[in-house]
Amino acid sequence: MSYRLRVNPIACEAHGMCAELLPELIRLDDWGYPILDTAEVPPDLVGLARRAVDACPTLALLLEEDGSPPRRG
Amino acid sequence: MSTSWQAGHPGLPRLLAGLDPSGAPMTLAEHVRVHGEQPQVRPHELIEAIEHSGLRGRGGADFPTARKLRAVAAARRPSAVVVNGSETEPASAKDQLLLTRTPHMVLDGAMLAATAVGAEEVIVQVRHGSHQAVQALEGAIAVRDFDPVPVSLVEAPPGYVAGEESAVVHHLNGGAGLPTFVPPRPFERGYRRRATLIQNPETLSQLALVARFGEHWYRELGTPADPGSVLVTISGAVAAPGVYEMAFGTPMRDLLAAAGGATEPLRALLVGGYFGTWVEAASGLELRLAREELRSVGCSLGSGVLIALGQSSCGLHESARVIDYLALQSAHQCGPCTHGLRAIADAFGAIASGIAHPRERERVLRWAEDVRGRGACHHPDGAVRFVASSLTVFAAEIEGHRRGRCRAEPVGLPLALAGARR
Repeated sequence: MSYRLRVNPIACEAHGMCAELLPELIRLDDWGYPILDTAEVPPDLVGLARRAVDACPTLALLLEEDGSPPRRG
Repeated sequence: MSTSWQAGHPGLPRLLAGLDPSGAPMTLAEHVRVHGEQPQVRPHELIEAIEHSGLRGRGGADFPTARKLRAVAAARRPSAVVVNGSETEPASAKDQLLLTRTPHMVLDGAMLAATAVGAEEVIVQVRHGSHQAVQALEGAIAVRDFDPVPVSLVEAPPGYVAGEESAVVHHLNGGAGLPTFVPPRPFERGYRRRATLIQNPETLSQLALVARFGEHWYRELGTPADPGSVLVTISGAVAAPGVYEMAFGTPMRDLLAAAGGATEPLRALLVGGYFGTWVEAASGLELRLAREELRSVGCSLGSGVLIALGQSSCGLHESARVIDYLALQSAHQCGPCTHGLRAIADAFGAIASGIAHPRERERVLRWAEDVRGRGACHHPDGAVRFVASSLTVFAAEIEGHRRGRCRAEPVGLPLALAGARR
């Protein structure tokens, strides 16, 4: 099972929690919005990715299983 | 702006055949005399003919039309065929031309598509403020007693992003007409939360021709990879700016010749409109109107826009105005687009004025790279593609401007400022 991270850019308000909790995969641009250099989440980071998803105050960070239908934020 | 076609090419015009020179819409009788009756085609036969024709969407995304038709036809209870005539690109005039001059061809295509996918209705979204399009379509609809499903007309909200597919659906569903987070895409879940086929007026007109004359006829023009003809809006430093129907594979040099030729030595060509790419005039003139060839130099035809920039104009100043416009036209929903395009536009303005730090160009290019792909829609992607090509093609001018050397006359590339959204 492989997982991908996705940001809903309309919902995102640049709180920056995700980059704080998952710096391995997420960095911030000059205005504080997250940049995902790769959407693929390595298996050993899935737990941390879940934590980052749960911490997002606007529910803008999504963790999707590959092949599953897209979830709406 | 004049509206014409290239008369020199055998087999052309197709879409623009029989246009009334007075500017009036073609009547149903004229339409049938020039093109023949709307044919009866079985749904799967039409979709197969479209697939073999190689027709792709003419709204800018180049998506294979047959794939979209199949996706919607396979859905449970598709709701509508939406003719997306929003044409928010200020340098494009071809959809407006079709809706106002050949409304029956557009409606033929929409009805054939509705039958092919099993949609319950046709909705035409016309350009913001276009009373002519509404008038021409209302006149056409009033005399069509043979259409299988009802048609209604909707006016696009103002602003550049209103023509984006998800924004069209948002508007039809009662929203403000802003892009939404996709997927699901409109062909999966759109108008009334059901599968919706959204097509550009030119795409549907081409479909109506393929339904009449078949895929082999369609492929008689163009190249094997890019068959058929295409409408191109040509403007800038040409003698007769307007909409021209050209065969794919035609060199840019011949496109400009069709528009009366260049009025002065050219500095650059803008291919694809404001989501498009600048190319140096010398190499650009040899480019052929074909997807692969354009892609090899980082271009795409977009919605069919070609602007010629003369040597008496300044590419940096013109680009700065366009970038500022695109930043204003952001829906301001997504942070990277809202903040990124504003910062890029301001920095680009400083570069064009010759007051920027020498390393500002590198910073703008980094921002452009950061912003790409991070909006809900492709507005930021198109804008930064334009920015990157402006900084590349007009690199020599940047140095000149820093030394205060620019005697160019402002030409003012067309910007739809009246409809601007803040």
